[in-house]
Amino acid sequence: MCLAIPVQVKEVLSDNMAKVTLDGVSKIISTALVEEVKPGDYVLLHVGHALAKIDPEGAERTLAVIREAALGEAA
Amino acid sequence: MRYIDEYRDGRLAKDIARQIATLADPARCYHFMEFCGGHTHAISRYGLEDLLPQNMQMIHGPGCPVCVLPIGRIDAAIALAMRPEITICTYGDLMRVPGSNGSSLLKARTAGADIRMVYSTLDALRIAEAEPDREVVFFAIGFETTTPPTALALRIAIAKELRNFSIFCNHVLTPAAIQNILESPDVRKLGTVKIDGFIGPAHVSTVIGTEPYEFFAEEFQKPVVVAGFEPLDVIQAILMLVRQVNDGRHEVENQYIRAVTTFGNEKAQTEIANFFELCESFEWRGLGEVPYGAVRLRPQYAEYDAEKRFSMVTPAVKDNPACECGAILRGVKKPADCKLFGTVCTPDTPMGSCMVSYEGACAAHWTYGRFREHAKASERGRAVA
Ligand code: SF4
Repeated sequence: MCLAIPVQVKEVLSDNMAKVTLDGVSKIISTALVEEVKPGDYVLLHVGHALAKIDPEGAERTLAVIREAALGEAA
Repeated sequence: MRYIDEYRDGRLAKDIARQIATLADPARCYHFMEFCGGHTHAISRYGLEDLLPQNMQMIHGPGCPVCVLPIGRIDAAIALAMRPEITICTYGDLMRVPGSNGSSLLKARTAGADIRMVYSTLDALRIAEAEPDREVVFFAIGFETTTPPTALALRIAIAKELRNFSIFCNHVLTPAAIQNILESPDVRKLGTVKIDGFIGPAHVSTVIGTEPYEFFAEEFQKPVVVAGFEPLDVIQAILMLVRQVNDGRHEVENQYIRAVTTFGNEKAQTEIANFFELCESFEWRGLGEVPYGAVRLRPQYAEYDAEKRFSMVTPAVKDNPACECGAILRGVKKPADCKLFGTVCTPDTPMGSCMVSYEGACAAHWTYGRFREHAKASERGRAVA
């Protein structure tokens, strides 16, 4: 029920809609609930709507923290 | 898949688990609750509990909207669906949820009711537009994640003057339920295990942000770490909780920074606030009445409120008295402690809320956990022999 998956915006359409792909599968979704999106952005897709934009920098930082923690180096 | 695969690295997960074991104080026990079914599912599916030290226990919370929907609400929807002018649209998750006497939306459909599965609220709107002679009711369910799409559908319906579209609202709120777990009257009856910290919802928090948990962390002196739904997210969050507990801190921390901010998605929040208001009380299956645990349509939108428009009544239906969901949700008991588990109660014939959706504690244990326990038991057997 609370499944939401990261998908990439391919094309911004009219009426707050966008074409996205997920593993090569295209879908038309609503982007009315998030601030402006552009092609290349990743969004979390939930029941046909983009719920949040994924912050690539935040994603990188998380992985860096996880790798550090795995080594036992993080404070 | 980008933003998924890299958070499923099993080796890294094991390394972090080792750090957790090093940091965990052997003189104490750690009890952490993951509120969301999404986390429960990740923990069971990836066997994360097996990676944790003996003195650490995960308690599976009530965070699955399908699981917590009272049977009476399903019954009310089925009764409405039987009226010839009505078309009910709903998410696939709800179709098989059992109502009273073995009924379900799926069975009602077989019996001739017009019930259609939709992927999105926008599909329900399309149906209403294409079939003006039908009364299209969207059976809305979900946490703060699915509420904004429902609000948006309402906005569009009003703009397009769709008079044959309405909403049966079952949108519930997470912070209220988390609070209820710690302080409801049932806690006294069932007893309670000490919960040392919470893993906060992933996708719900993309909408509401981390800020709503601040009050809770302070008031109950419990750490909250908001985490993503992938296995590395969860194990990282557990490490963050252990550190907080060891330091005697009770802060709100955000592990899921790639999608969650402090104040969340304000556009979505505004959309919710425009159309919905708080219910003073709403029944959660497994938890009972939760004060301010849900939202309803604002009175000015009464004509779009299916409960008012069709004078719907919600019968009070009790769970089987042998069902231990209440105690399981509070960490006092485990699924296998329930007499009905795996015999009378299975995912195909759920007796209680925890077995209803794959995100529930009993269903997760049925699907993944029992095999691991079985494996562990036979390992022990070999060791003894
Ligand atoms: S096994 Fe079924 S009856 Fe028992 S606690 Fe779980 S959901 Fe309730």
